[in-house]
Amino acid sequence: MLEADNLECVRGERRLFAGLGFKLEAGELLYLQGKNGSGKTSLLRMLIGLLPPETGEIRWKGESIKSDEFRADLCYLGHLNAIKEELTPLENLLASAHLADEALSEDDALDALEQVGLAGREDLACKYLSQGQKRRVALARLVKEKRPLWILDEPFVALDIAAVDWLAGIISGHLQRGGLAVMTTHQLVDIPAGTVRELRLS
Amino acid sequence: MFRIIAAVIGRDLKLAMRRQADIVSALFFFIIVVSLFPLGIGPEPELLRKLAPGVLWVAALLATMLSLPRMFADDHRDGTLEQLALAPHPLGLVVTGKVIAHWLVSGLPLALIAPVLGIQFDLSTDALIVLTFAILIGTPALSGIGAIGAALTMGLRGGGVLLSLLVLPLYIPVLIFGAGAVDATVSGLGGEGHLSLLAALTFASLGFAPWASAAALKIALE
Repeated sequence: MLEADNLECVRGERRLFAGLGFKLEAGELLYLQGKNGSGKTSLLRMLIGLLPPETGEIRWKGESIKSDEFRADLCYLGHLNAIKEELTPLENLLASAHLADEALSEDDALDALEQVGLAGREDLACKYLSQGQKRRVALARLVKEKRPLWILDEPFVALDIAAVDWLAGIISGHLQRGGLAVMTTHQLVDIPAGTVRELRLS
Repeated sequence: MFRIIAAVIGRDLKLAMRRQADIVSALFFFIIVVSLFPLGIGPEPELLRKLAPGVLWVAALLATMLSLPRMFADDHRDGTLEQLALAPHPLGLVVTGKVIAHWLVSGLPLALIAPVLGIQFDLSTDALIVLTFAILIGTPALSGIGAIGAALTMGLRGGGVLLSLLVLPLYIPVLIFGAGAVDATVSGLGGEGHLSLLAALTFASLGFAPWASAAALKIALE
């Protein structure tokens, strides 16, 4: 489904990696590992199409990822939360679904917020929430997410232990439904899934 | 296509409503700058009538500039711009929505208050109507051209000054035809020609500017 071929990444004067390739099929999870500055985030940004690779090509379902169809299949969670401080958690969820052209009913959004432990806070502007709670608002997008390819940059950062387990369950459920996930993380979390691949950048 | 534009406009208007201070401060800037001129020049109706179109238009350009730096910077800082760029639509449509939303909160209020301010300059009713109409159809071009500057300077330190240097020269045609429409009406020539050219500028910039801004944003996001 997702294939990368002979990728090379140059940032400034430095070459971060070259000749990198992998293949990921339905239901598989790819863990990206490596030190700070080894190019994990750069690789993720290549995979979502925001950073064009120096050489090489990335294909989704056999087609280049430059199409609108690829972006309709992609769910990206960066290290920024991508939530608006002025909006409430509920409005944030509905707005991001709306802008990504996804159908999300208000009940589904409320249900997702309840699952991430924000019940009762759905009408409070996000600027009054703590860092961890803001992260949970961002993660709540994943609860009802149906798009097949998830690309997650450090999803476990700023989460408490219970939330880490919960998120591992969500990702595992996504993989069992035949989804794909690529993620970077420094803490190894046990995600119950069929195939877990690892890619170490050095 | 229209759904995504409407979604972006809806979101940006909601955000603007939660941050009304921004809208109000640009509007008050416009009111105060325009009102300073009659106070400074003194009560000479002939001179004021002559100055009015230029003063109102220059103040409108500057007031529009005030809110431009934040057009993309806020979305860039919190990561929502990335998500917008990853939405399954061309980024140009998203920017079109943002330009329209910017005009609704920055250009439209100026057009609504302009006739009241024009009275201070002893403009005739005809001239006031043309002035309002000119600002109404000219300010979307300001938001459109401004979007290119805002996209090019996004994430730069001291981007605000650079933005003014980039964008103000590009505003000159709008200023000339906008002020010219009122001048022509005052002198009895009729402002239709100027207004048509102003409308043409607006259509051209609304059609072209979002795509140029989108290209600049994509480079900035790399």
